[in-house]
Amino acid sequence: MVVSPVSADAPSRSSDPGEGLELTRENGQREVFCGLTSIVWLHRRMPDAFFLVVGSRTCAHLVQSAAGVMIFAEPRFGTAILGERDLAGLADANDELDRLVGELLERRPEIRTLFLVGSCPSEVIKLDLAKAAERLNRQHSGRVIVLNYSGSGIETTFTQGEDEALKALMPLLPVDDAEQLLIVGTLADAVEDRFMALFERMGLPRVRSLPPRRSSELPPVGRGTRVLLAQPFLSGTARALVHRGATLLEAPYPFGVEGSRDWMAAAAAAFGIGPATVAEVLDPLVERGRRALAPHRERLAGKRLFLMPDSQMEIPLARFLSRECGMELVEVGVPYLDRQLMAADLALLPAGTRLCEGQDVERQLERVRAERPDLVVCGLGLANPLEAEGIATKWSIELVFSPIHGCDQAGDLAELFARPLRRRTLLNFA
Amino acid sequence: MELTLWTYEGPPHVGAMRIATSMEGVHYVLHAPQGDTYADLLFTMIERRDRRPPVTYTTFQARDLGGDTAELVKRSIAAAVERFRPEALLVGESCTAELIQDQPGALAAGMELGGIPMVSLELPAYSKKENWGAAETLYQLVRGLLKDRMPAPGTPKPDPGRWRSEGRRPRVNLLGPSLLGFRCRDDVREITRLLAEHGVDVTVVAPLGARPADLQRIPTADANVCLYPELAGTLCGWLERSFGMPVVKTVPIGIGATAAFLRELHDVLAMELPADLQIGPDGLCPAERSSRLPWYSRSVDSTYLTGKRVFIFGDASHAIAAARIASRELGFEVVGLGTYSRELAREVRAAAKELGLEALISDDYLVVEKAMAEAAPELVLGTQMERHSAKRLGIPCAVISTPLHVQDVPARYAPQMGWEGANVIFDTWVHPLMMGLEEHLIGMFRHDFEFVDGHRSHLGDGAPAGERGSVDGDRPGAVGLGDGPAPATGAAVAVEPPASTAAIATLEPPTNGGEPMWTSDGEAELHKIPFFVRGKVRRNTETFARERGLSQITAETLYDAKAHFSR
Repeated sequence: MVVSPVSADAPSRSSDPGEGLELTRENGQREVFCGLTSIVWLHRRMPDAFFLVVGSRTCAHLVQSAAGVMIFAEPRFGTAILGERDLAGLADANDELDRLVGELLERRPEIRTLFLVGSCPSEVIKLDLAKAAERLNRQHSGRVIVLNYSGSGIETTFTQGEDEALKALMPLLPVDDAEQLLIVGTLADAVEDRFMALFERMGLPRVRSLPPRRSSELPPVGRGTRVLLAQPFLSGTARALVHRGATLLEAPYPFGVEGSRDWMAAAAAAFGIGPATVAEVLDPLVERGRRALAPHRERLAGKRLFLMPDSQMEIPLARFLSRECGMELVEVGVPYLDRQLMAADLALLPAGTRLCEGQDVERQLERVRAERPDLVVCGLGLANPLEAEGIATKWSIELVFSPIHGCDQAGDLAELFARPLRRRTLLNFA
Repeated sequence: MELTLWTYEGPPHVGAMRIATSMEGVHYVLHAPQGDTYADLLFTMIERRDRRPPVTYTTFQARDLGGDTAELVKRSIAAAVERFRPEALLVGESCTAELIQDQPGALAAGMELGGIPMVSLELPAYSKKENWGAAETLYQLVRGLLKDRMPAPGTPKPDPGRWRSEGRRPRVNLLGPSLLGFRCRDDVREITRLLAEHGVDVTVVAPLGARPADLQRIPTADANVCLYPELAGTLCGWLERSFGMPVVKTVPIGIGATAAFLRELHDVLAMELPADLQIGPDGLCPAERSSRLPWYSRSVDSTYLTGKRVFIFGDASHAIAAARIASRELGFEVVGLGTYSRELAREVRAAAKELGLEALISDDYLVVEKAMAEAAPELVLGTQMERHSAKRLGIPCAVISTPLHVQDVPARYAPQMGWEGANVIFDTWVHPLMMGLEEHLIGMFRHDFEFVDGHRSHLGDGAPAGERGSVDGDRPGAVGLGDGPAPATGAAVAVEPPASTAAIATLEPPTNGGEPMWTSDGEAELHKIPFFVRGKVRRNTETFARERGLSQITAETLYDAKAHFSR
């Protein structure tokens, strides 16, 4: 694959006969959430953790808007909103943060881990949250562990927030060189239980996951650890784990029947489990998953799909939708391209697939209008305007909140994309 | 630094977006990092807008900070002007850009924009909020567009009655309606119709649906109607000072306020007050009959609304209007009144004082929820957050103010203002109370053999307000012990409690160890009281006994307490 250089103005484009993929890089207005948004699912994964954004009213408003309706009496995330006084003097800002954290911990005694989450304003004023975490750890030693990471929009996009949060946990992981499989990336609890059961059936020695369900029950890592990424946006975490001696397994991501099977098989193979055992456990799932997919494939096959850059799940989803659902890929946008993490999925994309890294939303929308795809996967800010132009859309944010991993979920995953098309055929105002 | 778990208002630049997005032909270039584009979804999802907000974000990244972000701003402005060809350009920054001090407004001022009027917005993100930002943007935009048309100092004020000598109908501007406001779309239609009925034309509605050229026509009207003071107060004040335009300030929500609005309008425009707006000997004016609320409220069916305890929280205008309607026009008892609009706190305090209350001025929803729980209301009127809080507390609720949820933007015509607005308000506030009563009916009938278990309404397991703190509803065998026969008519009104038992609820928690004990005859008497007020009676009686140091509560104690509280 040949990559054309970043350009501030005109998007550049070149094709590479080697892999048959065409990559464009764009640099313009990005219509993507910042990393703070990851808090919305991370806080649900670890109910004993609290995520305190140190930022502005914009940060608070972003997280609550992305989370949609507030359903909790008191959420396990909040924002320490910087005021003019905090900007005037960093010493005051640190004192204020200490006071506020003290009050928060008093009010919420169940909190075991407190994440101080950096934001655009805190980064720009250079409020050192690492130092603050160190200081607060001393103050509240034994009561709570205070960590920090950045979810700022100037450094992270949407799902990268989880990558940063997991990297922050890294120093706390105990060292253990025993053989184990480590599943990395937030999964829905039920989906995770299912994978655990399947791995056990295949005879894997020990399976742990990161992030854990309790922030205080962190898995160990060491030379015997094989890392299996459940989410495609954890570049930094993957590299940190490798640095700690772990081996990164290469597999497509567990979306769809094929991806899920290959993903589980890669883990089994890493522990020397024979293909016969794997087939025995997974074949019935594969068969059932394909049956569940069939009706949706009927609706999706031959339909043209445009994925706007959003969650980093675009490449594996494109692979699933083209190979298992028969969709035709018009363009696959990604906020950024990590070729190592995407290698297995990229290799399965059809020849000629147009990839676009970065974004210039106006130009991209021009391409959408010119191509008139049958379905556009995009963020909430773009969905209704595109629908109003007669273009069917699928909200991408649902993909990070719904249980979509695994063979058993393949039908549901396909249904998410088939539903907008089915709905269009149902509506008739004539 | 302030801990915020949820915020009623967004940052001030979101207020500016509300103005830009409400209008046609305006574009807003916002110097902001990636992520701030989230604000688009407020419009495309909550308001179901079919177009993206007319906003170009620079979406600068950390790597740009080392380079030239000012150049990025200029590039974004040039690209936006070329692509969207706006009739007016707003240039501003969000919280992060404010810190890097690129001064996008000054950069834009130095650019060749092809004669497009440009307004630079300075909205301090660390001290101000959304409504302030919207008000300031509207004011700055109008001021910018009218700066060449200002009358010279000392020019006499135009006569608001000049329409007569000019041989035309009087005309006004409707200022303040915007996207993400509460029912603005329908209020504009309702008020325009109401004004037309009184021979008054509307010159400009702004910002909703206006173009920059429309804003330049504002001074051609005889007066301004400040429909939403949160957004239009600043602008109306400036137009009054600079152009001598009088302002109609009454917010026409509710019967009394709509009539007062029309009287103020006639007065401001030097129009003769028509007979149907004159108050008759019975204290009413015939125009009120344009709404069904006054009659519905007087009808016997509404007797059960008497003294219903209502807790009100919202933006200042809607909260004040709701308090007036609730207390005067529906016969409710307002037990709490508050706002998150600090800019208009004084007005809310005054309204609360009139009702013998202390206003709650807070933007902490947990403080609001606590006040709500302590006030033990039977109905909550609030924002989407109070709806959540009320649901948790099992109290019926109607939404009266922003911030909104998508379900607060109805497809049907549902104004809050004017005569039709009063009709809508009657229905919207009374229906949740009916639902509350149905909840009681379910409890009442659940031991009948026809009752299918699991048949619960949407209120779920939350006990209705009147019974909170009581276990009666859930105690096996308790219901039906002396509750009397089911009402013969089955109508909701038939379960109205006898007035004498509708004692004032107190804030005391339910009794337990060390507290007065109920004797068996006291307990038996308690169970003869309709269960939906039983919790209240139990609490009152226990408070009464405690205050008197009684160790036992007999049937006599219960009646003593009842007599005490019914005074």
